[in-house]
Amino acid sequence: MSVVTLDRATLRIAGHVVLSDVSFDIDTGEFIGVLGPNGAGKTTLMRAILGLLPPTKGKVNVFGCTPERGNPAIGYLPQLRTVLPDLRVRGRDFIASSLNGERWGLPAFSPRDRDMIDETLDAVGARDLATRPLSDMSGGERQRLLLAQALIGDPRLLLLDEPLISLDPRHQEVVIDVVRKVCRERKITVLFSAHELNQLLGTLDRVLYLGNREAVLGTVEDVVTAPVLSRLYRTDIQVVRADGHIFVMSRGRDVERTEHLHDHHHDHHH
Amino acid sequence: MSNVQSIYTTTIMTIITDMFAYDFMINAFAAAGVVAVVSGVVGYFLVMRGQTFAGHALSHIGFAGATGAALVGLAPLWGLLAFTLAAGIVMGALSERISNRDVAIGVILALALGFGLLFLHYTTSFATQATALLFGNVLAVDHTMIATLAALGTITLAAMAAIMRPLIFASLQPELAEAKGVSLRFVSTAFLAIVALAVSACAQIVGVLLVFTLMVGPPAAAQRITTGLWSGLLVSAALALADAWLGLTMAFYTDWPVSFCIAVLSAIGYFATLPARGARHAQAET
Repeated sequence: MSVVTLDRATLRIAGHVVLSDVSFDIDTGEFIGVLGPNGAGKTTLMRAILGLLPPTKGKVNVFGCTPERGNPAIGYLPQLRTVLPDLRVRGRDFIASSLNGERWGLPAFSPRDRDMIDETLDAVGARDLATRPLSDMSGGERQRLLLAQALIGDPRLLLLDEPLISLDPRHQEVVIDVVRKVCRERKITVLFSAHELNQLLGTLDRVLYLGNREAVLGTVEDVVTAPVLSRLYRTDIQVVRADGHIFVMSRGRDVERTEHLHDHHHDHHH
Repeated sequence: MSNVQSIYTTTIMTIITDMFAYDFMINAFAAAGVVAVVSGVVGYFLVMRGQTFAGHALSHIGFAGATGAALVGLAPLWGLLAFTLAAGIVMGALSERISNRDVAIGVILALALGFGLLFLHYTTSFATQATALLFGNVLAVDHTMIATLAALGTITLAAMAAIMRPLIFASLQPELAEAKGVSLRFVSTAFLAIVALAVSACAQIVGVLLVFTLMVGPPAAAQRITTGLWSGLLVSAALALADAWLGLTMAFYTDWPVSFCIAVLSAIGYFATLPARGARHAQAET
């Protein structure tokens, strides 16, 4: 059964076409690596799947239906994480805020909710974060907390928007391992967007490569090739395979790495 | 031991009977009590959302409203309420992340103070009026004002309770809240309207320039003392109440202005909780 289907869908943001006439099918339990240059539409695609951005043309279907805001079957880890640096709220309360957080009235969570939160924290190996304030957590710890939160309520589809950004390599490995383990166990379909392909090579089933308003879904062998990527990046791309790694190069420079560095630079200015 | 204790109790009793022999002190305690609790609760979310500057701006805009009302012969509170509410709603509707619009808020804040001055210029009792509005005049509170503040406080807390859940969600995780169907704009607007009510009430006690003493000092200290939500709200309200009542007591015995005493206590509360956090922060960064 397909979990996410795009049928000749066009997605626009403020009149600007981000993805045009895109079609693909993602099956149950697949781990999809979502790749592509900055601004290629990784976040936009996830917002469309969440029902926040209806396609201007074509169809987007999630679990066979038109997506609606607030679908509990979708776990989401957003990219723009505006965590206030001075936030002295403990991990458990932070996660609890998302449980039925859209309802009016006073916040209240039952012992069952509490157990659910602790179980999820256990699943990502972060039980100790329950009682620590966010302002004292490292980037990796916050990421694990957010991952735990995305897993609450047994979602069948997990949208992880750049969960590795601003993490050091060791923490990146941990996040990938945790996602792989939990999602394989629970047969959760995952869309995992990232800058670097290599870290995900052992984990992903297929890649969804976005660029130049297009999206190409397929195995790494089929998609990560010079002709396909040259089309998506709109420049001459060489794909070099060495020692189990894949390097996507443009005029002798590593595309992924330079983009990542650029991104980091960008972050510092904000 | 029992001797010391009895002296202690006697002293406290004397203080209480001395102070409460005056009607104006009873009134001041009642009014300050209501306002402190409301300020502590609403201020907790203002600090959590990083919108303290917006709160500050609202009180200054309220100053123009209050002086304007006085000019046309209305009670300043109504002008204060009208202006802060309108400004709160406009600020909320214009942007979900108003806290990032420091420059725009700063310009409007200054403009509002300017208008306040203009309205004052045409008011006959210039100096008294100005001081009372800017720095508060809790010792002049009467029964009508207490009733009004109680009503205002009840409405504020009820509205706060109604939106608390989505407000916390939207404050902590705006992107996720939006994905789950929370209207960030609505929540933000409703919250700033609530802040406007709290600021109006608070300005009656400590004046528009010193609303931070009750709305920011206690909640900021509370967030350093505890990391829980409910405990944070409780500590925040309790600290605000302590600042207000101890400030009144201090003013009674020293003859210093009440707002000064509250400002000092609020600052002491904030700075006393500061070093502990600094140490932990340094630890987390290594």
